[in-house]
Amino acid sequence: MTELTKLTLAAARDGLRARKFTATELTKAHIAAVEKARALNAYIAETPERALAQAADSDARLAKGEGRPLEGLPLGIKDLYCTQGVETTAASRILKGFKPHYESTVTAQLWRDGGVMLGKLNLDEFAMGSSNETSAFGPVVSPWRRKGSDAKIVPGGSSGGSAAAVAAHLCLAATATDTGGSIRQPAAFTGTVGVKPTYGRCSRWGVVAFASSLDQAGPIARDVRDCAIMLRSMAGFDPKDSTSVDRPVPDYEKAIGASVSGKTIGIPREYRLEGMSAEIDGLWKQGVEWLRDAGAKIVDISLPHTRMALPAYYIVAPAEASSNLARYDGVRYGLRENGRDIVELYEKTRAAGFGPEVRRRIMIGTYVLSAGYYDAYYVRAQKIRTLIKQDFEQAFHAGVDAILTPATPSPAFALGEKGSADPVEMYLNDVFTVTVNMAGLPGLVAPCGLAADGLPLGLQLIGRPFEEETLFSLGAALENAAPKIGLPKAWW
Amino acid sequence: MSVDQATVRRIAHLARIAVEEKEVEHLQGEINAILSFVEELSSVDVAGVEAMTSTMPMKLRMRADVVNDGHKAADIVANAPEREDNFFVVPKVVE
Repeated sequence: MTELTKLTLAAARDGLRARKFTATELTKAHIAAVEKARALNAYIAETPERALAQAADSDARLAKGEGRPLEGLPLGIKDLYCTQGVETTAASRILKGFKPHYESTVTAQLWRDGGVMLGKLNLDEFAMGSSNETSAFGPVVSPWRRKGSDAKIVPGGSSGGSAAAVAAHLCLAATATDTGGSIRQPAAFTGTVGVKPTYGRCSRWGVVAFASSLDQAGPIARDVRDCAIMLRSMAGFDPKDSTSVDRPVPDYEKAIGASVSGKTIGIPREYRLEGMSAEIDGLWKQGVEWLRDAGAKIVDISLPHTRMALPAYYIVAPAEASSNLARYDGVRYGLRENGRDIVELYEKTRAAGFGPEVRRRIMIGTYVLSAGYYDAYYVRAQKIRTLIKQDFEQAFHAGVDAILTPATPSPAFALGEKGSADPVEMYLNDVFTVTVNMAGLPGLVAPCGLAADGLPLGLQLIGRPFEEETLFSLGAALENAAPKIGLPKAWW
Repeated sequence: MSVDQATVRRIAHLARIAVEEKEVEHLQGEINAILSFVEELSSVDVAGVEAMTSTMPMKLRMRADVVNDGHKAADIVANAPEREDNFFVVPKVVE
């Protein structure tokens, strides 16, 4: 790690504006860090030439005093965002060789604001996973290790490449996506900050679809301020996404440091799970005290349908995935396995192209949408979703500004440790995060301490729709109060 | 509810994913594990509850009925694994 890769996004931005270093120097430092860290497998594709060309353009603009909000700042892009002319794989064999002729709206906005692309970040295949072990390009390894052990630790998923790259200083910040916890769980596992915005805040156009009613783009960065800076560029109305919401994008950075005195924080009793570890419970109580000390009012609340969120998610998400992934047919793009007729071509292509987790979810989705089961499974799950949303609405109606919960039921685990016998074991990772997607709400995870084994732990804040600013203010308050956790010495 | 092996084969065919005979039993176990996990949803009283269609109250927008994009056939077929001129090539479907 060099001095330049140690900087936060905000500090790098300020340093560029003050002409302390150039965008080219900053970018070269990051390219070198990326090359040195290939053991982490965080990047699927590195794009150093493009990064240097963008940095040169940024230097020219900065010299004229015409720097844009992200001018010259090296970023990593989750390989679920289509990037024009750069292979976009969704970490699946089935998209091998796919070079989009268009740019996703969110990444186009990053380049509009002067960002520099270092490359495409690894993820679980089609963003389906909680450990980044389902990637066709191999698992990502977290830069973190357990105390006194060199076992390889997962960075979480599905945005595992994004989280690992940010934690290991292989980019200043990264884009990510969150369908059931895919931004917030890896942020918690890697001691980084992740924000899943309100559904509709960021355009989904050009982001490879998983479950359209749940998917939302958001940033992972090393602190709350950096996430606020990223989100301002990523968010905004896009007529090309029919669920994009037309409302102005605030300057989220202004919310950092704003007083949280008088804010009402709800503590939902249903999140205190049976058998929850004393460590997670203790961290949660500590978080409550930090917010109380910052002047917030703490109230106990009830979200009675919490327990149903994860099972309902495992109907809704696979159902939508089975429909969205029907487009991978071996005809229009990506992999093709020939067959005697068109049906055999489809079946062989899809058998060869999808990994086991994706296949499993497509099959579950196909089953719950099939004739005779649609009402019993899918319609029922969507009704339960309404109940989950009503729980939150009642809490907000009663005056709650935000809700504080644990982010994950445990710290990160080792590669291969979970889910090999029973897929449900892996799904339980998202038990605290998935409610937020089911209700379309914004959520933020900030690092709050270390577990006994030396790995990071985070807490989650859940906000009212489109009140991301409240989350940034509260997230910054948690960040200020929490002990600073330092990344272990680079071993990669 | 649980699925038998014939249902696993039927789902695989509906999903257009070739499944080898030796994989069927394993897949059946996995699918049934997930179905038993979601089983508790049947205990929830959903009488009179409307199924969610959108998390945020929103009306689908109408756009002006004009051509605002297109004429990019070459771009559209550019990633096709097999193409001829601006056509996708597939095995013969009509005798």
